[in-house]
Amino acid sequence: MTTILHARGLNKSFGAVTAANNIDVGVERDSIVGLIGGNGAGKTTFINMVTGYLKPDSGTIHYEGRDITSLVPRSITQLGICRSFQIPQLFNTLTVRENLLTALGIVVIERKKFASASTLRSDGVDAVADETLERFRLAEYRNHVVGFLPEGVRKLLDIAMAMVVKPKILLLDEPTSGVSADEKFFIMDMVMDALRADNVTILFVEHDMDIVSRYTDRILAFYEGRIIADDVPDAVLNNAEVRKYVIGESHPPAAAGGARHAAH
Amino acid sequence: MTDLVSVLVDGIIYSSYLFIISVGLTLIYGVMKILNMAHGSLYALGAYVTATFVGFWFGHNLNPYVSFLLLPLAAVVVGLVAGPLIERGLLRFMYGKDEIVLVLVTYAILLILEDVIKLAWGVESYSAYQPYGLLGNFEVAGLPYTVYDALLVVVAIGVGVALTWVLTRTRQGKLLLAVIHDREVSAAMGINVQRVYTVTFTVGTMLAALGGALIAPKVSVVPAMGVDVIVLAFAVVVIGGLGSLPGAALGSVIVGLVRSTAVHHMPEVELFSIYFVMALVLIFRPKGLFSAAEARKI
Amino acid sequence: MIARDRTLAMLLIALPVCLAGGWLLPAWVQSLLVLALGKGLVVLGLVLLMRTGLVSFGQGLYFCLGAYAAVSVGKIFKLDNSILMSDALVMPLFGAAVAGVVALVLGFLLARYRAIFFAMLSLAFSMILYGLLIKIPALGSSDGFNISFKTVAGVAIAPAAQLYTLYAVAVVLVFFAALALHQYLRSHLGRLAEAVRDNELRVEYMGSSVRYVVHVNYVIAAVLAGLGGGLVGLSIGHVDPDLAYWTTSGEFVFVAVLGGTGSVAAPIIASLLFEAIKSAAYQYTPYTWQMVLGISLLLVIMFLPAGLWSVFQRRAKRA
Repeated sequence: MTTILHARGLNKSFGAVTAANNIDVGVERDSIVGLIGGNGAGKTTFINMVTGYLKPDSGTIHYEGRDITSLVPRSITQLGICRSFQIPQLFNTLTVRENLLTALGIVVIERKKFASASTLRSDGVDAVADETLERFRLAEYRNHVVGFLPEGVRKLLDIAMAMVVKPKILLLDEPTSGVSADEKFFIMDMVMDALRADNVTILFVEHDMDIVSRYTDRILAFYEGRIIADDVPDAVLNNAEVRKYVIGESHPPAAAGGARHAAH
Repeated sequence: MTDLVSVLVDGIIYSSYLFIISVGLTLIYGVMKILNMAHGSLYALGAYVTATFVGFWFGHNLNPYVSFLLLPLAAVVVGLVAGPLIERGLLRFMYGKDEIVLVLVTYAILLILEDVIKLAWGVESYSAYQPYGLLGNFEVAGLPYTVYDALLVVVAIGVGVALTWVLTRTRQGKLLLAVIHDREVSAAMGINVQRVYTVTFTVGTMLAALGGALIAPKVSVVPAMGVDVIVLAFAVVVIGGLGSLPGAALGSVIVGLVRSTAVHHMPEVELFSIYFVMALVLIFRPKGLFSAAEARKI
Repeated sequence: MIARDRTLAMLLIALPVCLAGGWLLPAWVQSLLVLALGKGLVVLGLVLLMRTGLVSFGQGLYFCLGAYAAVSVGKIFKLDNSILMSDALVMPLFGAAVAGVVALVLGFLLARYRAIFFAMLSLAFSMILYGLLIKIPALGSSDGFNISFKTVAGVAIAPAAQLYTLYAVAVVLVFFAALALHQYLRSHLGRLAEAVRDNELRVEYMGSSVRYVVHVNYVIAAVLAGLGGGLVGLSIGHVDPDLAYWTTSGEFVFVAVLGGTGSVAAPIIASLLFEAIKSAAYQYTPYTWQMVLGISLLLVIMFLPAGLWSVFQRRAKRA
């Protein structure tokens, strides 16, 4: 049982709004953790702090024992923590394939600094890009300009780009938001399948309780910057406070033994 | 001692005329988010129209003291004609485009106006010197200055006070401040942003033209004057902070005093010193001395 | 992919054609071409910056440095008969090197800025140079210097062959510059330019430094501008501070927008077009050519935002 990521005493306020209130959480290697909570509860702030976009007012974040609290996103990515975005952050005037080639190109240029991707060589980039396109079923869009693509495709590409770097921790910020109901499971299946081959610790923010219960073995529930529940999915989804502040009473109680979909 | 006084007084005089030119530029940027490169050409238009009016006036031997009214008149004429023409006729089709693209659009307007001036007035220089010495001289610490120059300072202060009063005390002014602060929310609140734009651009143009009108009696009115002044105005508004009225005032004073000091002690670095200060300010305060707080992005 | 290969082919064909064909052209055309090619180099660099999402209103700084460098150093150190003051290859290359060094230093500052502030700061630096040059007698003040050359890469050139030689030097330098830039844009680092333009946040989150990319491209653009400045100085036979005045930089921006960022050939061709039209307009309608430029700029912005090159570019791969 090794803790790959440990946040201790994280606090962050924006004026009168408390986005993080003494957050204390350790994440085990290779686990899949769901982050739930209402809007403004602090989930994205947590991801922003872990990935170096925001500096916590106080507290520390350790990755594999190393203090990463004050590092910038660039360095954190190089160490092996990647993220996807709520609103896909892509290179809109380039094609899908060019987006991937750009991502891979960065790995090649910064090869010495990337903890996990040092085996990628310049002449191997095209092959990896094509293979990624296949894995994520994006091949048919390879030469389409990203700016014009449907949201589901953009989301997938956003996640794919975070993964080509072969991260050890992947933080997905609402991977299925903005996507139609029938596409949600498709995307999650795709992502989990793609990740199955590598050993990746995954944290993802999600509003759909069915998805969260299906794919995770642990859920952190956020409310007003605090973690109000931290347990296996069944326990959290049946937790009174969670039901009150996050899920809402009308959601049916989770079935006993709701197993994680993608076995690791 | 006289040295310090002359640097200060010359500096303040220069600052005054810079302020009148720059305040319009910063206002237009603040409201419309357009850095108007053609501002200098509008200043030049003001100077040329003034030269024409003054030439006509004195050519017909009319009351010389009344000629002072020609200056603001020229500014108003240029403002009311060129302002709406440019804003309604061209700029409004460009709103929504990138800030830098809008800069290029105003650069195109500058090119067009430069030739409009050449076509209308030719390339020889004009002068409107008559009003300059009309009110006589006075002395400060034994150094002679014209009353005209003192008037320039008074007008600059008056413009600053008037604008501040209008912006903070009148309803129209507060609408303008709202648009400066947040265009989208203002529109959502029912403010006629389009009309605010037209009014702002017209007022800004008038101020540029007023600057030109006021300078005309002091200098030789030539085609290159617009192009020369716009970079000075840029330096002022960038130092002061784009969109800030007090910034334009402070920027004008800084540039005016820096230039004056250079001219009196080391004339070789006159132009260099202004841009050096601009670069220096940008290094330490990237958005200028008075700049609006920026909203976070993600 | 197809469009880019076409550029390569175009360059390879253009080199011998221009070299051979130039021989047959009248002197005034050759002269005009050298001027256009030299300025085209500046625009080439500017286009790289635009691909990175930045518009510099101050390339005149490096253009002027490139033109002044060799002759200034020569005069100050009294190297009047050296290769530095009389060689048509050494002088532009020296200018390019000096421009590069200055850009390397200034880039530490400028790479932090974007959009209007980058434009204004770059303008400020070019005006700083202008302000310095017009007042310093040792550097010629507002009169500047006359320049001429006697050799190319050390080889003496007869006066009668000088114009063609300069033209040939220009063609060769432009060829190599365009080729190098073309290859650079297809490299991993070169590809980051547009990525930075499109989404800086993502570039940082992918593990690369946006400031580094901007800095590198800023230096490349400066080197190209310096090279162009050196050539233009030789072409005109004279250098003066106006090369650094902001309207000179404005002209480069105009040509860059005209040509667009689609290919390395676009800035060169746009520059040729521009110089041709400018000299014709200047002759026949001296009071309206700026107006024509202004109107053309507006038309391009409104109807061909990707520049004239977009008319030629095939859209095969666009969805």
